[in-house]
Amino acid sequence: MSGFLHDFFDIPSDLQHSWLGLIGLHLREALLPVAAGLLLALPIAQLCVRFRWLYPPVLGVTTVLYAIPSLAFFVVLIDYTGQTELTVMIPLAVYSLVVLVPAIVDGVRSVSEETLAAATAMGFGPVRRYFQVQLPIAVPAIIAGLRVATVSSISLVSVGMLIGNQGALGNLLHDAQIYNRPELTWNSVITTALLAILVDALLVLVRVLLTPWMPSGTARRKQAPALEDAAR
Amino acid sequence: MNVLNFVNSFFSDSAHWHGYDGIPARLGEHVRYTLQALLLAAAIGLPIGLVTGHYGRGGNALSLVATAGRALPSFGLLVLMTTLLGFGMLPVMIPLVILAVPPILVTTYEAMRSVDPSPVDAARGMGMHESRILFQVELPVALPLILSGLRSAAIQIVSTATIAAYVSLGGLGRYIVDGLYQRNYEKVVGGATLVAVLALVTLALFWAVARTAVSPGVRRR
Amino acid sequence: MVTKLLLTDRMAAGLDQWVMTTPKSSTRSISRHPGAAAVALAAAVALLGGCSSGGTSDDPLKGGGAKGDTVVVGSNNFAESILLADIYGEALKAKGIKVTYKPNIGSRETTYGLMKNGTITVLPEYNGSLLAYLDAKAKPKTVEETTTAIDAKLDSKLELLKPSAAQNKDSVTVNAETAKKYKLTSDSSIADLKDVAKDLDFGGSPEFQTRHQGLAGLKSVYGLEFKSFKSLDAGGPLTQTALKKNTVQAADLFTTDPTITRDKFVVLKDPENLFGFQNVQPLVRKGELSKEGAAALDAVSAKLDTKALLDLDAQVQLEKKDPLDVAKAWLKSAGLV
Repeated sequence: MSGFLHDFFDIPSDLQHSWLGLIGLHLREALLPVAAGLLLALPIAQLCVRFRWLYPPVLGVTTVLYAIPSLAFFVVLIDYTGQTELTVMIPLAVYSLVVLVPAIVDGVRSVSEETLAAATAMGFGPVRRYFQVQLPIAVPAIIAGLRVATVSSISLVSVGMLIGNQGALGNLLHDAQIYNRPELTWNSVITTALLAILVDALLVLVRVLLTPWMPSGTARRKQAPALEDAAR
Repeated sequence: MNVLNFVNSFFSDSAHWHGYDGIPARLGEHVRYTLQALLLAAAIGLPIGLVTGHYGRGGNALSLVATAGRALPSFGLLVLMTTLLGFGMLPVMIPLVILAVPPILVTTYEAMRSVDPSPVDAARGMGMHESRILFQVELPVALPLILSGLRSAAIQIVSTATIAAYVSLGGLGRYIVDGLYQRNYEKVVGGATLVAVLALVTLALFWAVARTAVSPGVRRR
Repeated sequence: MVTKLLLTDRMAAGLDQWVMTTPKSSTRSISRHPGAAAVALAAAVALLGGCSSGGTSDDPLKGGGAKGDTVVVGSNNFAESILLADIYGEALKAKGIKVTYKPNIGSRETTYGLMKNGTITVLPEYNGSLLAYLDAKAKPKTVEETTTAIDAKLDSKLELLKPSAAQNKDSVTVNAETAKKYKLTSDSSIADLKDVAKDLDFGGSPEFQTRHQGLAGLKSVYGLEFKSFKSLDAGGPLTQTALKKNTVQAADLFTTDPTITRDKFVVLKDPENLFGFQNVQPLVRKGELSKEGAAALDAVSAKLDTKALLDLDAQVQLEKKDPLDVAKAWLKSAGLV
């Protein structure tokens, strides 16, 4: 058993990282794109809320982008960004954006007219109203979107292995094959899945902390089906 | 580089239109993988989702299962299954089905839960059998949502089935993986175009099915 | 009834509009993709520039290239190439040269490009494969002719150092079942498959399918047309397993593959020398390696032979030792460090 455990964590030298190093790399490659996607999604979603006619074409474009398989996206980008982490992160940022825009639009639109009118009556300008009323109320929807985007991003990083070992924990999959060491495959799958579950749980915690007025556990029920689409 | 040129030369090369590596063969394989995985996932997800949704129990357990299913990395699972089971359809079907079950399961459950309880109570008051209530009252109302769950599952399978090429299976991913190793962008872009088009055709098909299958009374709220 | 609209419903609604306004949506949408990607790229670059500049600049997996006096040793995506890169790299380190590795990159189609643009400085190559990649028609009769032929076609920024005696060729290898069925022995030649190839599935790396030292050459030189080609990996475990399990009946394995003896595979002779000479030979960027460095690599090549390579491969692939440890141990035993 101890022999197996030793092999399990014995990362081949060509990956140039320890197990923890690979985890750090994996989180960076998975989470930075989600953050980038969120930063881009907020203004785009706000535009879609302000100008309703903009929403269908935005969704059309994102649907098409979403239909491009990650691997093809990576390979085409190699020409521009080389065999680097960035090549993996750009498509992941795009996928996150695709998931987050509808989530945010839904969340912001779910704020009732009465609430908005009350805010206006209290003398809130549109900017203050957005940041202090609409955005906080949309938090459950945004977090639900973030959960789907994050979990799928963590899973998809592994595919980066195929473009010159840019897949962090996914790189273990290739080394497992060329060195005939199946325990590395187990390591990759189990570690990646645990990371996804941990980050997901953290996001749930964040939601509970950010929305103290809501009983925990109800927000998910409302948002889950709308976002299932994005868990590729 | 001009992507359109690649697309054009890929599709106009007659060598790409016949043989075991031709577009018809690869497209056929891809459609076959997708259908098989979707049918399997539906066979698992639909009944469980319908029954749990009908009785309104097990929602938390379902969401846990769905979270766990999504957390498993498809690509890693594919390599793992190939290591354990060798070559063939099974190691590819397992990750695809695991990928597709959560959206079907959760959406079906939510669809059944979102059915207005008053007509269900009325049906029960009229003495309708539970299974008739499920199929004749709840299902027609829940159908649009259920179809959307199946649709997202289908799209995900179409896109993810490309990685089957890494473990030597066919399908449109063949062009992408081969093109990567051969440094042949024409193939990569051609393959990606075919996958994207297939995904959009799938969307259109579900849209058409929803048009014909959903009763007019339900269609617009 | 269903009060919340679904993502897909909205997507479909968007799609309807999309399809109606742009009849040729499929081609147009793809043509838009680079633009959209470029926007995303610009944003991502801006974001990451701020986030990841600290503490990661020495990450060898990041792009960049050979800067200053650091030598970047690259390798292809199979075990032996990584091992060879470790051997040559450690020999350089022993001379006090700063080395970073960029291992496990991909196929030659990729690594040659990275050599040209300077991302990597040193790459363990195989002379015959490199020549076939540069000039499919060349038919050298000796190792020297091979080097000369390569030099004629090689990018002006690159040069080959001395070849080693160690050879590792691609091959047409059949499994025991197939050998029995068609009465093939180690004295049989690839040409003996001429009549039966149409019944055989052939396995090899994706790049083998289009290379001259691959399906193309097997057809033009030996007249072989197989029933189908299965894309597997570069002589790795996918190919080994597929051949063992008879998923394919013939495959491209490396002649130094330790599974050939273990699984009783039969390597067919190559009388037309399609797979050429395949000596291990370092490819380097001109002027980016000191005289001392080049001498260190030549010293390694002088000591390395096929038998040693077979033994080292077995240590990595069968005994599961780390290639870097195997490389260091061999350099020590050969008196090179």
